[in-house]
Amino acid sequence: MEPMKTMKRREAISNSNLLLLIAAVIFVLMYGIAILCYPRSFFQYQTFFDLFSLNAALIIITLGETIVMIGGGIDISIGAVTGLVTMCCAVYLESGNGSIEGSILLALGIGIAFGLMQGFLIAYLEIQPFIITLAGMFLANGLLTTIHKDPLNVTMPHFVRLRDTVIVIPWLGTMNRLGNFIPLEVKPGAIVVVVLIIVLSVFLHWSRFGRNLYAVGGNSQSALMLGINVKRTKFISFVLCGLLSGIAGFVFIMTTGAGNVGNASGFEMKAIAGSIIGGTMLTGGVGNLIGSPIGALTLLTINELIRAAGINSNFQAIASGLLLCLFIVLQSSVLWLRRTGGFKLKGT
Amino acid sequence: MQNVLEMSGICKSFPGVRALHNVSFSLRKGEVHALMGENGAGKSTLIKVITGVYEKDAGQILVDGKAIHFRSPQDAQNFGVGAVYQEIMLCPNLTVAENLFIGRGQHALVNWKQMKEKAAQLLRSLDIPARPTQQLSSCSLAVQQMIAIARAIDMNCRILILDEPTSSLDEEEVQKLFRLMRELKARGVGIIFVTHFLDQVYEISDRITVLRNGEFIGEYEAASLPQFELVSKMMGKALDDVSQIKKEKSASIQRGVPVYEAVGLSSTAGIKPFDFTIHKGEVNGFIGLLGSGRSEAARAIYAADKVIGGEVKVNGKKVKIREPMHAMKLGIGYLPEDRKSDGIIADLSVRENIILALQVLKGFFKPFSRKQAEVFAEEYIKSLSIKTASTSTPVKSLSGGNQQKVIIARWLLTHPEYLILDEPTRGIDVGTKVEIQKLVLKLAREGVSITFISSEIEEMLRTCSRLIVMKDREIAGELSGENMTERDIMHVIAGGGTKS
Repeated sequence: MEPMKTMKRREAISNSNLLLLIAAVIFVLMYGIAILCYPRSFFQYQTFFDLFSLNAALIIITLGETIVMIGGGIDISIGAVTGLVTMCCAVYLESGNGSIEGSILLALGIGIAFGLMQGFLIAYLEIQPFIITLAGMFLANGLLTTIHKDPLNVTMPHFVRLRDTVIVIPWLGTMNRLGNFIPLEVKPGAIVVVVLIIVLSVFLHWSRFGRNLYAVGGNSQSALMLGINVKRTKFISFVLCGLLSGIAGFVFIMTTGAGNVGNASGFEMKAIAGSIIGGTMLTGGVGNLIGSPIGALTLLTINELIRAAGINSNFQAIASGLLLCLFIVLQSSVLWLRRTGGFKLKGT
Repeated sequence: MQNVLEMSGICKSFPGVRALHNVSFSLRKGEVHALMGENGAGKSTLIKVITGVYEKDAGQILVDGKAIHFRSPQDAQNFGVGAVYQEIMLCPNLTVAENLFIGRGQHALVNWKQMKEKAAQLLRSLDIPARPTQQLSSCSLAVQQMIAIARAIDMNCRILILDEPTSSLDEEEVQKLFRLMRELKARGVGIIFVTHFLDQVYEISDRITVLRNGEFIGEYEAASLPQFELVSKMMGKALDDVSQIKKEKSASIQRGVPVYEAVGLSSTAGIKPFDFTIHKGEVNGFIGLLGSGRSEAARAIYAADKVIGGEVKVNGKKVKIREPMHAMKLGIGYLPEDRKSDGIIADLSVRENIILALQVLKGFFKPFSRKQAEVFAEEYIKSLSIKTASTSTPVKSLSGGNQQKVIIARWLLTHPEYLILDEPTRGIDVGTKVEIQKLVLKLAREGVSITFISSEIEEMLRTCSRLIVMKDREIAGELSGENMTERDIMHVIAGGGTKS
């Protein structure tokens, strides 16, 4: 009965979950190293939750990117769209007759508009997603600089109040150096992130759309034959991604309070890197919405770690690059070992 | 009797190829209707027109007397047309249960628990050795095929299309499928059955429609069409007497130093250490049930799986073959079992696919001139009579049998000393099958050693002069000469031990 046993072992965990596990292990490892090296700063709840608070927009974008990547596509416009959203919201809020509700609608509207346009071209006219979203990126960047060139600080009182809102969690505080107790402070953006992760994970796992998305990414030809509406599934994935860019844009400005030409620039690449570290495959069909935020956090932890070490910021990029490389190699070697049976041999 | 499906005047063209021309087809309620034809006759195209994968250029499709126009497989599925395609159309990254039910749910939410229960029930009722939560890619090809069939059957369709469903199934599984087909027939389902196994056609079919070169040849009652006549209708000429092949064989073996000799060879694919020898001009074969290790043995010889033990001699010289490239350089060629994933490069042209292996041997930095490549391609297109619009046609637009010929051409071009053919005739029609069998014997006469693997015992008996019977991933016995009969093979597989 030995072969049966090994079969069961292989069945126990799917590739998506295996990659998620690897991502989680890598993150814990990275954070563990950070704590060992700089116990004072990293061994604090505040530092950990700041990763969420300050990078909420990036994590939300990563979720959108992951959804598109699971469906076998890619979206490189999201960073630019997020930047455009922040600037539009800033201009609208500073125009004198803006409201917070209005700016939320504006943010979602812009995101969805980009999603609809790109999704339509990619899904129904079957154009390469890379090209379309590259065009989308240029378009969003162009619009951004046309609307307003200089940094624009939002001074509307209502908004400033929202920007400065923090949620205080007293039972998770830390002692500072002087021995005073400082309660944990979390930005609303972090709450949005957590809610989105939960809602979208549940959605992908339990909804028909979610399962269809995995099928389309795995093999779109087969998915078509299985009676799945491949075009609509792809279309929805891009619209969702656009919507998330819109949300990310609003969360971004809610955190920083200013529109700026450089807002969220380069986020699309970080989002792709985060998704991949988190176990999403560029080939589609494999990925996880829990893993991607973990991947993004891993990337951010690395950056924090390097910053804490006081290394020249040039080296930050180099180190991130090298570590990213290392993770991908690790991932693919585990998958390779699994495929060729080496992993199994090691296990028994 | 009532016609559930009626098609007339169906035309369909692809760039450079006229796939269907004025084809008619009708299907009654509760009948099994075999769709027969050679490679490239248009069977698969006709099926894809029915299921809405391809848009027809002209013609009419009536379902239950009403004109119907399916825009997508989803449309067809909703209308009660289920299909199992020749190439397994499932998603390898999903679980078995999902593959059974995805695309069929009417609800926006997935009920995993119910789905798993239903899947387990379905798998149990059809005796499929797979678990609902297993990832599909970890199932064998045969199991995947059964899952595709289970899915189609479970859909309660009015029209069920089975395109080469039996090509990767063993005898027992085929019988199971036939029992199911008879049950469905009794329930009034119309079944379109495409296969290249003539015996199976006669075992289960009520009527037969023959296509040739995309044209409708005729519709016949199975009982009144002798097998021989069917074959000649499919081929458009009288079939060479197959038994004639048998007389030619086995004269070509040249004893002496073996071309290839292995002692205690084993690989990571789980094949137990085995000894194997082949002489110049010999045709031998690995035979056994699915999963017996016949392909794994071949892959170990070619080092397609990682070799973990054993001594190998090529032409008497001791060598260590670590990777396929090394084997190629020593004059060993291997035609893989799964031509879709391991063999053809679908988007490259026929010409590029043919010169590929030789190009690899020569090195990529010394490309062949276009003219030279053209000459090579033309030569083999002619000598193997590959049906293609031109040498620049992408291989994916060729029919299965012609794709297989392209891969054979690729290896022949390297002039190998030893060629391993793993299921070269899987999923292709009788005419091409005979052609390939003849080719194997011709090559042997020219001094090439060949190892032949096939699921069809008859085919193996016809081509091989020695058979190595595999069972449970090791050699169970060897048969040659007088002892080589179907009965003896069964005897060894059933555990009766070796005779010679």
